[in-house]
Amino acid sequence: MASLRPFATRLGPRLFRRGLATTVEPIAGFSEATSKSSAPIPESKTTTVKEPSPDADSKIKTFHIYRWNPDEPTAKPRMQSYTLDLNKTGPMMLDALIRIKNEIDPTLTFRRSCREGICGSCAMNIDGVNTLACLCRIPTETSKESRIYPLPHTYVVKDLVPDLTQFYKQYKSIKPYLQRDTPPPDGRENRQSKADRRKLDGLYECILCACCSTSCPSYWWNSEEYLGPAVLLQSYRWIADSRDEKTAQRQDALNNSMSLYRCHTILNCSRTCPKGLNPALAIAEIKKSMAFT
Amino acid sequence: MLAQRIASQSLRRPTQTIDSDEAAHQILAKQRLNRPVSPHLGIYRPQITWYASALNRITGCVLSGGFYVFGAAYLVAPVLGWHLESASLAAAFASWPVAAKFLTKLIVSFPFTFHSFNGLRHLMWDLGRGISNKQVQVTGWTVVGLSTFTSLLLAFM
Repeated sequence: MASLRPFATRLGPRLFRRGLATTVEPIAGFSEATSKSSAPIPESKTTTVKEPSPDADSKIKTFHIYRWNPDEPTAKPRMQSYTLDLNKTGPMMLDALIRIKNEIDPTLTFRRSCREGICGSCAMNIDGVNTLACLCRIPTETSKESRIYPLPHTYVVKDLVPDLTQFYKQYKSIKPYLQRDTPPPDGRENRQSKADRRKLDGLYECILCACCSTSCPSYWWNSEEYLGPAVLLQSYRWIADSRDEKTAQRQDALNNSMSLYRCHTILNCSRTCPKGLNPALAIAEIKKSMAFT
Repeated sequence: MLAQRIASQSLRRPTQTIDSDEAAHQILAKQRLNRPVSPHLGIYRPQITWYASALNRITGCVLSGGFYVFGAAYLVAPVLGWHLESASLAAAFASWPVAAKFLTKLIVSFPFTFHSFNGLRHLMWDLGRGISNKQVQVTGWTVVGLSTFTSLLLAFM
């Protein structure tokens, strides 16, 4: 329709006059009928209406995305390619995914919520590294094709959605809450010195997106028993808390060959953390606190 | 009244009711058996962190495995009539061509130097030092360079 509109306005006066006949003055109709016919303006002096074509400066980038549908359980997972014009796409990977879902393929499935890196829903493996899609810029060079997978070595629910049941169970197992038997001295609040509070910086910011745990080869092979970097960082967050009174029990729960000591300081966890935290250092501190007490 | 009943009947879908939580759990477990595991080793980007760690383990296995194999062979050598004494080994090795000597020395020396230098890194990390991303990358590539250089040096000796 859009291509027809200039066509209609060009021929408009003659074409639509009949439709407007009731409002046209009779005199005007008469003068029209008696006026001598004039040659049309030649095509060399008018514009040409072309069908829509891609912009000359469009930046087409290819995205290969992991697909698997539970409704076809016998089908193997496959890589689906999509092309997007980066000029019409937002700057982040999540923008690209949302645009694919809105405009190209509504069956593409992924988790997302806050689009600003605080909910941890859109954690996935982008170009080989685990990160949050909402914090990951689309590399602007169009010659390189982007590949997007779900978090590595997780059970796939659908497409980019991993099953994190085990991850959450492990988080629950470390009792991620303040444990105290004695009431606070002043009967109101559990107070903490500024120095003690500072020990929790770099720990409390963790959003449990599971990027680090699923980047750890040790966690890939032993996720049944090894807790993984994210959960161990959370464990250390409570071990380091001066208000918690169950430090010894917390350490005791980790004192076996699997829960903690499957960490072989590979350090993929700190390398990949989209929040810039250091799970490897937290784990090293737990090991130290257990070795030197 | 009649119209309402017809409407409610036509809205009713043929659904299967699940009797208990146990049955529901079994259906879920059955469905979950079909799920694929997402790709891991093959798609994760090569980085100094996990590649150095893998190499550390491989070189460790090569060194200790070689040590055990040679130790066991040395132990049973008198029984089986093998000559693994230092003098005969040295004499045999001396008769090899230069390239073969160099390659053999390199194959033994690189696992040794890499594992030794990387071991220092691991000891440092166990004390909670040098675990920032920058330090890990710098020390990692330093170890790669240093171990390559020293293993070449040992191989030329």
